[in-house]
Amino acid sequence: MSDLLRFATAGSVDDGKSTLIGRLLYDSKSVFQDQLESVERTSADRGDDYTNLALLTDGLRAEREQGITIDVAYRYFSTPVRSFIVADTPGHVQYTRNMVTGASTADLALVLVDARKGVLEQTRRHAALSALLRVPHLVLAVNKMDLVGYDDEVFDDVVTQFAAVAEELRSRFGAHPEVTAIPMAALPGDNVVHRSERMSWYQGPALLEHLEQVSVERDHGEQRPARFPVQYVIRPMSTERPDYRGYAGTVASGTLRVGDEVVALPSGRRTTVAGLDTFDGPLEAAVARQAVTVRLAEELDVSRGDMLVAADAPPAAVSQLQATVCWMADAPLRAGSKVLLKHTTRTVKAMVTGLAERLDVATLGSEPVDELRLNDIGRVSLRTASPLAVDAYADDRTTGAFILLDEATGTTLGAGMVDAS
Amino acid sequence: MTLTTGLSQLDVLEAESIHVMREVAAEFERPGLLFSGGKDSIVMLHLAQKAFWPARIPFPLVHVDTGHNFDEVLAFRDRRASELSARLVVAKVQDDIDAGRVREVPGGLRNPLQTTTLLRAIEEGRYDAVFGGARRDEEKARAKERFFSFRDAFGQWDPKNQRPELWNLYNGKHAPGEHIRVFPLSNWTELDVWRYIAREHIEVPDIYYAHEREVFERDGMLLGVTEHSMPRDGEVVSTRVVRYRTVGDASCTGAVASPAATPQEVVEEVAATRITERGATRADDRASEAAMEDRKKEGYF
Repeated sequence: MSDLLRFATAGSVDDGKSTLIGRLLYDSKSVFQDQLESVERTSADRGDDYTNLALLTDGLRAEREQGITIDVAYRYFSTPVRSFIVADTPGHVQYTRNMVTGASTADLALVLVDARKGVLEQTRRHAALSALLRVPHLVLAVNKMDLVGYDDEVFDDVVTQFAAVAEELRSRFGAHPEVTAIPMAALPGDNVVHRSERMSWYQGPALLEHLEQVSVERDHGEQRPARFPVQYVIRPMSTERPDYRGYAGTVASGTLRVGDEVVALPSGRRTTVAGLDTFDGPLEAAVARQAVTVRLAEELDVSRGDMLVAADAPPAAVSQLQATVCWMADAPLRAGSKVLLKHTTRTVKAMVTGLAERLDVATLGSEPVDELRLNDIGRVSLRTASPLAVDAYADDRTTGAFILLDEATGTTLGAGMVDAS
Repeated sequence: MTLTTGLSQLDVLEAESIHVMREVAAEFERPGLLFSGGKDSIVMLHLAQKAFWPARIPFPLVHVDTGHNFDEVLAFRDRRASELSARLVVAKVQDDIDAGRVREVPGGLRNPLQTTTLLRAIEEGRYDAVFGGARRDEEKARAKERFFSFRDAFGQWDPKNQRPELWNLYNGKHAPGEHIRVFPLSNWTELDVWRYIAREHIEVPDIYYAHEREVFERDGMLLGVTEHSMPRDGEVVSTRVVRYRTVGDASCTGAVASPAATPQEVVEEVAATRITERGATRADDRASEAAMEDRKKEGYF
């Protein structure tokens, strides 16, 4: 079983997200004594009635002063079973941008609902963004069960409401994350780390148990056709290895084996994998996420930005593409905008040829627009200056993803996911 | 030949760091790697060796030298650089003090002065990317850091206006005079670093392991008796079995009482410990709640 799980949380102050994270860190003994003392001191100085565990995650001066979270914070904790990387995304400022950022690398999305309020617009937004980013697992944490008398009917009702949302996401995006609903009360700690005795009607695992057990084996595309974006050409030009030429990179998906027939894109030339080298010795096979150096049987003109792919299942090499874009810049995106597009290890010039619609993540409705503004999500047509080897994002979270950059200022303008054709 | 079956957490972290280092080597003209001889920079150097093997590491090592060093660490630094045939650039805080660019407060710490020296080294070396061994778990301002962290022409960090970082797609765009700080160990914890040191049999300076040392207590920390840190009146010197959890400026880095003498024993100790490494051993972080954030904004590591 994989011993690393990355998950993203989203929510505002009110639904108890910071308390929940603080509770996970605290109960898994990942909060250190000096951190806790510092938080206790700050809480007391501010005149808080209780130790504000949210201060554990709010790292910047401005965040502590304003009592809000501005930016994604990464938190780390581990149990004897697994290590966890938590992308804690704020609910206020730059909400979409932060949530999309946190979800982009997440195996699991933790969506919090206040049991008293049920599924709200914000719940729908969280679920929609995780579905859009193809986060494979989702936990619906029905929190504050203590405030509804630990009533199983309240829980069942929320679960039913959410099932309707999940069904909409299935039909709208074709996304079908594995959903697990857990009734909990983060403040007193019911079903967070330990199973609660006050909800004997619930037979499932506590949150931490679930996070420890959820299987992410199949999520990293190891079963998909091989994709290997070339990052860097290694040529030692040393006396021991005068002719060595290796293509360094990270396997994006699938498995690359010695002897496999591969195609180099965009040239389309075929060859076979002669060797998979690492500092620790040669490998027979390399799987998705592994960083290796590939040697090819024939000398081809291959360089950074090219992609080695399974010869029997190559991706499309396209210079026109449709994508769902999350816009993250102040100046709006319009048809005719020129940008840089970075896809795997290739950066090309691109032009926006059309804007189809803007998606309302709360209602899942869409409307035609002529520009995308900050934190908007919309369907965009792009033309690139040279071809890209893309898969649909729904099939491949690595070779279907790209970012857009401003050539003049260098800032990151947006994130894109290639639509299924 | 080995057939891989399932990647462990350390495998995933290692591959991520190697990916980041190769991105930098491919996209930047003049990267440099900050190497102090501390454990994080040693791990980073080990990863660089893996990333570019069988070629040499394609960038120099840069050490910002406070002048307050542990001799063992300097010796280690020089030996490691020569083993790897790497170019070592040393930028000395003393040179900036002598030139009047910074002023040393009597009895004060040299850590804050390092920023000037670091920025001078970056300017003189014309580095457009600088690798640092900082981790997000170390400190809460660092929890907000990116893998690729933009610095303006004055070396400043603007934490409220950072570039979003998605998937494994990093944005290294910058104008001449600006640079990018790159943190390949962003997702590692102190425990991961030690588990990796144990797994890979990575050599680190002896002072990371239990040894007898003359120490005295100050501000709840154990400071070693050296020419840079002498006991004041009333501070009692005793010989204790200690080790260092971090190795920084010798005048402000404390030791911890510890019997852990091997990498595995350190792993067990770190797994059980209840105080963060910076909290236990770094006087420079205790100045205020936002001490690290303030220093980082000015261009610190």
